[in-house]
Amino acid sequence: MSDMGSVAIEKYRNNNYRNNFLHEVEAHVEGGEWVKMCMQCGVCAGSCPLGPHWAHPPQEIFMMIRAGKREEVLTSDSMWMCTSCYNCIVRCPRGLPITHIMHGLAHYAHRLGLAPEKQPTREFAKLFWDNITKNGRANELKMGLSLYFKDGFGSGVKEAMKNKALGQAMMKTKRMNPMEFFGGHGVKDKSGLHAMLAKAREIEDAKFEQGK
Amino acid sequence: MADEKLPVEKFPIEKKVGAYICKGCGLGERLEGAQLTMIAERDAKAHIVREHDFLCSEEGVKMIQDDIDNEGVNCVAICACSRRAKTEAFRFEGVAMSRGNLREGVIWVRPDTDEARETTEEMAADYVRMAVWETKFMSPPVGNEEAACQRDILVVGGGVSGLTAALETARAGYPVTLVEKTGQLGGKAGQAWKAVPDRAPYKDPVDTGVAELITACEADDNITIHLNATLTKTAGAPGRFEADISVESGTTVTARFGAIVQASGYEDFDANKLSGLGYGKTPDVVTQQELEALARAAGGGPIKRPSDGKEVKSVAFIQCAGQRSNKEGLLSYCSGHCCATSIKQAMYFKDQNPDIDTNVLYRDLRTPGAGGEDFYRSGQEKGVTFTKACVDGVEVAGDGLKVKFEDLILDQDSEENVDLVVLAVGQVPNSGVNIDAVPLEAEEGSEEGIEAKPAEVHVPLESILNLDYRQGPDLPQLVDGFTDSHFICFPYETRRTGIYATGPVRRPMDIISAREDATGAALKAIQAVENAAVGRAAHPRSGDLSFPQFRKEGCTQCKRCTVECPFGAINEEDGYPQFNESRCRRCGTCMGACPVRVISFENYSVDTVGQQLKNIDIPDEFDEKPRILVLACENDAYPALDMAGMNNIEYSAFARIIPVRCLGSVNLIWITDALNSGYDGIILMGCQKGENYQCHFVRGSEMAYQRMSKVDDTLQSLSLEPERVATYEVAITDIERAPQLINEMAETIERIGMSPFKF
Ligand code: SF4
Ligand code: SF4
Ligand code: SF4
Repeated sequence: MSDMGSVAIEKYRNNNYRNNFLHEVEAHVEGGEWVKMCMQCGVCAGSCPLGPHWAHPPQEIFMMIRAGKREEVLTSDSMWMCTSCYNCIVRCPRGLPITHIMHGLAHYAHRLGLAPEKQPTREFAKLFWDNITKNGRANELKMGLSLYFKDGFGSGVKEAMKNKALGQAMMKTKRMNPMEFFGGHGVKDKSGLHAMLAKAREIEDAKFEQGK
Repeated sequence: MADEKLPVEKFPIEKKVGAYICKGCGLGERLEGAQLTMIAERDAKAHIVREHDFLCSEEGVKMIQDDIDNEGVNCVAICACSRRAKTEAFRFEGVAMSRGNLREGVIWVRPDTDEARETTEEMAADYVRMAVWETKFMSPPVGNEEAACQRDILVVGGGVSGLTAALETARAGYPVTLVEKTGQLGGKAGQAWKAVPDRAPYKDPVDTGVAELITACEADDNITIHLNATLTKTAGAPGRFEADISVESGTTVTARFGAIVQASGYEDFDANKLSGLGYGKTPDVVTQQELEALARAAGGGPIKRPSDGKEVKSVAFIQCAGQRSNKEGLLSYCSGHCCATSIKQAMYFKDQNPDIDTNVLYRDLRTPGAGGEDFYRSGQEKGVTFTKACVDGVEVAGDGLKVKFEDLILDQDSEENVDLVVLAVGQVPNSGVNIDAVPLEAEEGSEEGIEAKPAEVHVPLESILNLDYRQGPDLPQLVDGFTDSHFICFPYETRRTGIYATGPVRRPMDIISAREDATGAALKAIQAVENAAVGRAAHPRSGDLSFPQFRKEGCTQCKRCTVECPFGAINEEDGYPQFNESRCRRCGTCMGACPVRVISFENYSVDTVGQQLKNIDIPDEFDEKPRILVLACENDAYPALDMAGMNNIEYSAFARIIPVRCLGSVNLIWITDALNSGYDGIILMGCQKGENYQCHFVRGSEMAYQRMSKVDDTLQSLSLEPERVATYEVAITDIERAPQLINEMAETIERIGMSPFKF
């Protein structure tokens, strides 16, 4: 997919305060056509509970897009910080679907291979995707373990011990089954599911190639 | 001229006073009616005194009218509620009338307790005395019977404002003469390619409508147009202005007008002062007005840059160029229209070719007006980029221009290469000569001299009106060259009655606002004509028929009245003041200014107030009952005190309040007399003065402050404490503060002791 990134780069040359990158975002990012409508009031930046932890709050991201700062936006970890609380959407006086644009940007950056490699949200998302697409059902036990052990065995044991009480409580209330460790439950027609997902990806990629 | 005449005694010398004491609204329960009747009869010597349970009822009013018709009562003293209440009921023709404020001014501000009863009664008794003595010294205003009525209206300036004013006036049936300095109608807006939309959906630039306006004016039989013409002299007053118009052929036409609309417009701020933004260094940096010319030349096709005729592919708009700045030589204000204008001009490019990059560099984007926000949004939809930025400069770079700026959202230094830069320079009003910058000759001569303002004329300007007024040839200005008006209450009234400034000469504005503004000015001009015909005053004493009269024999030719009149109503003839009644707004500032007290109105004079303060009962020193005289402006302070009454906010029973037309009408003799006759404290309440003035007569309150600074000498010569006289700025909303100021004075007197001047 990295070649797709370079194709796009070629198509949308980075240029100060030119509309090139804006047009790229409009073409490829969910809700991208809204970016130009931001009036820079800063309400979203002030409303976001994660605000203090972002390098660039949504308001700034939108301005960066308009200023043509392609590299900085797409490699940023900012939009990955969104927790989908929808505060900003509710409050934006211009009605921008900010949350969706944040996820759209993150997704686009990911597809282009520009998203920050070790970004925790991104890693979690990948783990979750692999977990749920394997059998068509989420495997809570494996999900938890793969998350704990993502940085190696030593830290994994530490993380697992830290959350021991939580794990036991979940088992007691039948929220998590220890037997899941051995395969776990799933949908009936797994190969059908995998075929479906492959077809969906094919369609997506084709769309992406043509610009949306 | 008609107004020269001396006061004619039309009112019978024989005065018969009827005093009427109301017992309604709780007055009967709280006050001793019989006692007040006795005071009116014995102390104040009213000829007829009657009590009534409900004076403003049909029956009560009839009782008064019967006395007027059958008993020959010609001076009426109504002792009931405030003069601001029941004005419809108490309206009697041909008689003088005063009001004793027993309700808002006495029972509503005093507690209903046994201890308070005595002082409350004394308060009421004084207001009865004051009302009777006041009316004795009044006569009903008859108006000027020789008032002139010329119905023609002169419009100065043929831009959007002038054309609109002319058309509106003509369509209302008044003949109009329009004088335009240049050879072409339409003004600045006439040179624009398109205008900001004035109706929904506020999406695209629209036709300016100027051509239709010109056609309509030219086709109207009621409108006479002079091009390449100027005013060489304007004399007279509302109803009888006389203007010399120097016309194209070189001859002078003299004509009479009832009122004048000045729509002299604006000039662009001189962009040559903005060389940092590249203006003058390359033809590719243009002003908004210059871009309009480029757009007209393109006629809807691609706009080409001036230097080499290349089609513009990228353009930056720099907002607030030379505006909203505190730097010397730049404009301090916002011109209001330029953000929307830049959005419109960015659309010239985007509508023609959406691939052109348009960047509006703004500090604050302001799009006032109904459709402003929608139009901004439409600009965004069309892909105009808006960047909050502080522009550092524009340089010629290679084939184009480099704009350097600080991006205020991204908080970093940025730059952009463009083909064309457009500067949003501001509007500079075309208001003629700044008359306040030239010290008036009389000021050096007058002993109490009003401080002459330091001269601050930068460029010698030509006069627009060439007024033959003693006070100078053009309309007075407030700040930055815009004509002075009471911006909140009477925005159209200038300080020259019957002359209405409209359009950007009054405040910065766009075409849409100018059209509305000019329509308003047209209506005001018509009103001025009609007022002048019957001798009625304009705002704020609208409808008032009284006007100042002066006793020539007593006048010492000190010229104070001509200098202090905020409205330039008084000219000079053989050294004497010559009052132009239809220019006058009836504020009484001249009356307050006159050191020999020869100026008066029929129903308001040094005597009507002087008699009131003389007839207030002053208990002797050992009674421990001080007296506080409050002279309160009838526009703000007096209503505030009335409202305090309505809200039952108490104040000292020792206060006696006399409303005055304006603090400017307060003559120092009242203060001196009051101090000499044993008042313990004096409070003056007027409106806010200075640049953000609230004074309904613009300069009256300011004049009063200047005069009051002389009171310290009087106090010193009487060996009285300076705290005994206090002047305050009081707003109509000071419902709690105004009573508090009175109470503070009462406390001060308690601290410093009673006045030793009680006899
Ligand atoms: S709240 Fe909406 S309009 Fe305001 S800065 Fe955020 S995205 Fe822009
Ligand atoms: S939805 Fe995302 S971007 Fe919006 S306020 Fe919540 S966390 Fe912040
Ligand atoms: S000072 Fe006031 S009352 Fe006197 S002439 Fe001027 S406007 Fe009229």
